[in-house]
Parts: sequence; structure tokens; C-alpha cells
Amino acid sequence: MAAERSWAEETYEVFKRNEIEIVTYVPEGGVKDLIALCDADPDMTLVPLTNESEGNCLLAGAWLAGKRGVFLMQGSGAGNCINNFGLNIAGRLPLLTVVALRGSWGEGNYWMIYQGRTMHRIFEDIGFKVYEVDKVEDAAPTIEAGLKMAYNADAQVAVILSQRLTGTKEFKR
Amino acid sequence: MGNLDRRDIVKRILGGRDDILVVTGLGGAGYDCTAARGDHDLNFCMHGAMGGAPIVALGMALAQPSRRVITVLGDGDMLMGIGSLATIMTKKPDNLAVVVLDNGHYVETGNQLTASGYGVDLAGMAQAAGFPVAFDLADPADVDDKVRRIQESPGPVFACVKITGDQPPTVPKTRDASYMKLRFRKALLGVLPT
Repeated sequence: MAAERSWAEETYEVFKRNEIEIVTYVPEGGVKDLIALCDADPDMTLVPLTNESEGNCLLAGAWLAGKRGVFLMQGSGAGNCINNFGLNIAGRLPLLTVVALRGSWGEGNYWMIYQGRTMHRIFEDIGFKVYEVDKVEDAAPTIEAGLKMAYNADAQVAVILSQRLTGTKEFKR
Repeated sequence: MGNLDRRDIVKRILGGRDDILVVTGLGGAGYDCTAARGDHDLNFCMHGAMGGAPIVALGMALAQPSRRVITVLGDGDMLMGIGSLATIMTKKPDNLAVVVLDNGHYVETGNQLTASGYGVDLAGMAQAAGFPVAFDLADPADVDDKVRRIQESPGPVFACVKITGDQPPTVPKTRDASYMKLRFRKALLGVLPT
């Protein structure tokens, strides 16, 4: 019997099945295995961003010129993106962003908590389809559903991964 | 603030060059590019997402490594996305050129000074980020040579064009991003709307 695959391995396979060639990110510990898997693939281009506000712009340009990508970030970066998401909203340009939420399950840093509370609503209010994922077995299938919606319907989709899945950062006294 | 005419410089860069993929920033840059080669299928003009144009152009440059990609934007726009100089240099696409039309002012909002107007050296910032070709274009005697480098030099290229504060009249162009996306992909990729 084959060893059980992690959600990151399953998600990497989802990317390959859906012709994802560009993975762009501001790093987040919760998705580091997924970033490493993509980085090891010579057919994928990884673009580390200076600021999350660049992610949707990079993928918009890539898609206009014929390549598909995915944008990974930490929940605290989503606020940096709001103005530039106007590009996707105004032009109905496709986007899938996978957000590793902070400020929710057992968060130890109060600076993160307001976004943990409001992330889902903010994305919905600006016109995104939002999926929240709590269970590890739902991660890859939900990301695949989001990718199909983004690239078949020119939709804007956020998949929000709970800290129950990505792990809660430990703070020591 | 400089002495060069923005419409003239952009026309020299883009006029007759139907093969170049163009992303413009907000405001005057979109009108300059439209005046240079018409409301062109391969012009994608931003009317929001200030600071994002160089990164849209980076995405295009990565997806189409054999095509020249030029982004044209104002100095205020470049400053808002100044971190994109670092992001571009993580990939170093040799087919990308960033052209800043620098009048040192936020002309559209009442002529307030930008950081460039206060003396910040944008080409110097690009050079420090590692751009192999980064220069100011201020002297009319340099225009032919530097325009050619924007069009042809292995990049990434960064050009800071010192323009006057004049605001030339607008020209007819679309602001509809859905329309621009559909015609861009149809012209470049032959892809029809789904």
C-alpha cells in the first residue's frame, strides 16, 4: 500500500492536472511544503513577491499572455491586495488565491485576530467566491474546484485554509 | 521635471511596433500609448490598481519570453509599486522594459510633488536593484540611442524619461478592462471568449 499523501502533495498534483505553470507567493509557514514541491518542479516558475499586492497583477499579466498561475499568501497579506484586486473585478480576470488564515484557531498574536474574524466577509464583499477549508482531506479538492471556477468562468476565488489544517504558530511565554 | 515631450517619446518607442505587448499605468500613460499606436489590441491600460502595471508586465514577460513587453507609467505610479523593481529582478526577464514618464508631480490631482520631484533617483533605485540597463533620458541628443535600447537591449531595462509637466489632450480609448482582456488574448493567443 502506498504511503498516505499529504494535502500539499495532493494539491501539487491538482496544480499539474490544471496546467498551473506559475506559483507566486509571499511565504507562509502553513504552505511551505506546497511551495517546496512546486519549487522542485522545473516546469513551474516560482515568483516570490515583495508585497502581496503584486500577486494578482502578476497572474493577470501571465494569463493575458497565455499562462495559468496560483497565488499563495498568509491571511495578514490579504489586506495589502484590496486595491489591486480592482483589476480582476473590473475586467473579470480569473484568479485563485489560496490564503493560509491567521488569527483564527488558537491564534497567539492579537495583531492577527481582526483579519481572522473578517477575512471571509471582506473577500465576499468585494466579489470573490470564498471557500473555507477546515479539514485536511478537503484542501486539495476545494483548491481544484476553485481553480476550475477561476479559469473556466473567469471568476475570482479565494480558498481560505484554517489553522486547524496548516497548524497554529506556537508562542512561548 | 524635464524638457522632453511625453507624446513624442512614447510615439518613438511604440509607433509602428505592433508586435510589442504594452501595459500602461494610470492617467496620461494610457493616452500616450493610445496616441502612439491607436486603441491597440495589445495595449492593456490600467485605470485602477495603481502601482501594478510593472508586475502585470512581468507576468506577460514570463509567459511570452520571445516577445518584447514594455510597461509605460508615471512616476507616482512607479513609486506606489516601487517594490516591483525587486520582484522583477528575482526573475530578470530580458524581454521586459519599464518606461517611467517622470514629471516629478502628481499632475492629475493638482500638481503635488512626487518623491521623484523631491529628488529621489528612480533610475538609481532600479540600478541598485540590479537592472542591467537603467538610465535617465533627459537630453534630446540621447533620444535615438536610448529609445533603441528600450526597444532592443537585453533587459530588464529601466528608463526614466524626464518629461515636461504638460498634459496633452486625451484621445479616444476604452477603459473597459473586460474588452481589453478579450481583444488582447484574441490578438496574441487566438483565444475566443468562453
